[in-house]
Amino acid sequence: MSVDLILFYVFSVILALAALGVIGVRNSVHAALLLVLCFFTTAALWLLMQAEFLAIALVLVYVGAVMVLFLFVVMMLDINTEQVREGFIRYLPVGIGVAAVMLVEMLLLIGLKGMAFTAPVDPAGSSNTAWLGMALYTRFLLPFEVAALILTVAVIAAVMLTLRKRAGTRYQNPSQQVAVKARDRVRIVKMPSAAKPEATP
Amino acid sequence: MNFNLHDLVLLAPEDFLLGAICAILLIDLFLKPAQRGITHWLSLAALIGTIALILTDHDPATTAFNGAYIHDGIAAVLKVFILGVTAAVFVYSRGYLRDRKLYIGEFYLLCLFGVLGMMLLVSAGNLVMVYLGLELFTLSSYALVAINRDSGLSSEAAMKYFVLGALASGLLLYGMSMIYGATGTLDLAKIHELAAFAAGGPQSHQALLAFGVVFLVVGIGFKFGAAPFHMWLPDVYEGSPTAVTIFIGSAPKIAAFGMAYRLLEGGLGGMQPHWQEMLAALAVVSLALGNIVAIAQTNLKRMLAYSTISHVGFLLLGLANGTPSGYAAAMFYAFAYAIMAAAAFGVILLLARAGFEAENIDDFKGLNQRNPWYAFVMLMAMASLAGIPPLFGFFAKLLVLKAAIDAGMLWLAIVAIVFAIIGLYYYLNVIKVMYFDAPADKSPLVLPQDLPFRWLLSLNGVALLVLGLYWGPLIDWCYRAFSVG
Repeated sequence: MSVDLILFYVFSVILALAALGVIGVRNSVHAALLLVLCFFTTAALWLLMQAEFLAIALVLVYVGAVMVLFLFVVMMLDINTEQVREGFIRYLPVGIGVAAVMLVEMLLLIGLKGMAFTAPVDPAGSSNTAWLGMALYTRFLLPFEVAALILTVAVIAAVMLTLRKRAGTRYQNPSQQVAVKARDRVRIVKMPSAAKPEATP
Repeated sequence: MNFNLHDLVLLAPEDFLLGAICAILLIDLFLKPAQRGITHWLSLAALIGTIALILTDHDPATTAFNGAYIHDGIAAVLKVFILGVTAAVFVYSRGYLRDRKLYIGEFYLLCLFGVLGMMLLVSAGNLVMVYLGLELFTLSSYALVAINRDSGLSSEAAMKYFVLGALASGLLLYGMSMIYGATGTLDLAKIHELAAFAAGGPQSHQALLAFGVVFLVVGIGFKFGAAPFHMWLPDVYEGSPTAVTIFIGSAPKIAAFGMAYRLLEGGLGGMQPHWQEMLAALAVVSLALGNIVAIAQTNLKRMLAYSTISHVGFLLLGLANGTPSGYAAAMFYAFAYAIMAAAAFGVILLLARAGFEAENIDDFKGLNQRNPWYAFVMLMAMASLAGIPPLFGFFAKLLVLKAAIDAGMLWLAIVAIVFAIIGLYYYLNVIKVMYFDAPADKSPLVLPQDLPFRWLLSLNGVALLVLGLYWGPLIDWCYRAFSVG
C-alpha cells in the first residue's frame, strides 16, 4: 500500500465525515466550519491528483472568500434551528430518493467507456498552473477579456443599484480631515481662578 | 495558438465600441446632471461609428482568435440591425428617462455593454464565447430592469428575470458540457464535423449529444421567451420602465436569433433531425399561448409581451426549417419584429408623461381625435404586428410560411396561420379603441418637445409601410448573408 493510497483514504474518510457533519450538526456555525473542512480535504485530494491549481483555487476562493462571507451571514442572521429541522424526518425519504437517482445517473455516465473522439489533451508537463496560464493568454485570450468586461458590468450595476445619496447621511471628508489645524482640534479656555469651594461634610 | 495583430483588426467594430464605452464611462463621471445630453449624443455617436466600421469592412469571411470569433456576412448584418435598433431606442427613451429622474449615465453604459455582448454573441465561434457574450448581455439587462430602484414592480421583475435567467444559463451550460463531453472540443466548427460523424458512431455518443441538444434548445427557448419557457417575459415587460422594455423587447430578439443559428446550425447542424422537432413543438406552443393569452390583457405592455411570444413562435418556425432560405426568412422576421416593436413601444413612450405611463389600452381611447398622426403611426405598428398586407409584418410572416411549406412542414404552416388569425383580434382591438372610442380626455395631445424623437418615430411608422411595399433589398441582403441564390 503506497503512501498516496493511505493519504487518499485518510482524506476521503475525513471528507465523508465532515460532509455528514455539515447536514447533521445542530449549530449552523459549526456546520459552516465543517464545510470549510470539506473544502480543505477536497483540496488535499486534488493535490494528490497533481491538480495543484484547482486545489489552491479552491482554498483561496471557497475557503478564503465564499465561506468567510457565509460565516458572516450565518452569524448575523438569527436562524431558529428548531424551525429549520422541523420536517427532517418527513422529507428524509424524498432526499434519499433524489440521492439514489443521482447516484444511478452518475454511475451510468461514468460507466460510459470511450467518451472522447480525440486523444486526451497533452499531459500538463511540469506544472498545470503554467499550462493554464499559457492557455488563458493565448488560445482563450478573447473569452478571458470578455470575462473582464462582465466583471466591469457587475461593478457598474452594483454601484448603480446600491449607491444612494440620502439626506442627513454622515460621512468623512478626507481632504477636510487632512487640512485640519491644531486650533480646530483643541480650544484653550482660560478661566479665572476662583476660591476653592468649601468641602461638604 | 499565437496572437495575431490582424485579429484585432477583424474585431475593429467591437474594439471601437469598447473604447467608446470606456471613454463615455469616464466622461460621464465629470458631467453635471444638466449636461447629461453629452452622454446621450456620445452614445449615439458610438453606435453610429460602429455601424460605419461594419459597413466599410470588406474583409472576406474568416475567423479570429483561434476560431473564437467568426467574421462573416451573417454577423455583419445582424450587428448593423442590433446597433441601429439600439440607436433608435436611445432617441425614443430620452424624454421618458428625464421625466422619471432615470436620466443617468448608467442607462447608456449598461445598454452599450449589452450591445457589445450581443455583438460578441452573434459572432461567437466557440461555446465559451456564446456563453460569455450571452452573460455580458443578460447581466446588463438584469441591472437595467432594476434601474428604477424605488418601484416595487421593477424590483420584482428584475428578481424574476435574474433568477429565471440564471436558471436558463445553467441549463445552457449543462447542455454545453454534455456536448463538450461527447465531442471533446469547444469549437463550434469542429463540433459540426464531429456531430455529423457521431450520427453514425456508437450509441452512447449519440445519446449524450442528444441530451446536450435538448438542454441547448431549452436554454435558447428561455432566452427567446418561447413558450413554455416564457414565464419571465410578461412580468419583465410590464415591470421595467418602458424605456428599458423597448430595449429588451427589440434588439435582443435579433441577437437570440444569432445565438440559435450559431449553436444549432453552426455547431449541431448534423443533429438537425433532433432539434427540428423540438423547435417545431416550441413554435406551436408559443403561437397558441401567445396569441390566446394576449386577448385577455388590458395592459398594453403585457399584451405586447404575449404578442412577442407569438412572434417568437413564427421566428422559430423559420429556424426549424434548417435550410439557408429558412434561416434568411427567420432573420428577416427578427429584423421586422424589432422594427415593429420599436414603433409600438415608441408610441407608448410618446404618450407617457411625468407621473403617467400610458400603458393601458384604455389610455389609447380616441387617440385619433387627439392626434391623428401618431394614431396613424400606432395603426401602422399594430396592423404590421398583426400581419395585414401590404405592411412589413405581412411579408415577414409570408416568407417564413413559404419557407416552412418548402421544407415540407405544411401542418406547421397551417397552425401558424390559424393562430395568426386569432391574434388579429387583439391588435384590431387597439385600433378600434384608438379610432372608434370616445376619448376620456378631449384635449389635444401634449407632445414632447424632443424633435428628433418625433421625427424618428414618424419615420419608423412610415418605414413599416414603405418596407412593406419595397422589401426586396432587405430580403436580398438576408439571402446574400446566407448565400441563397
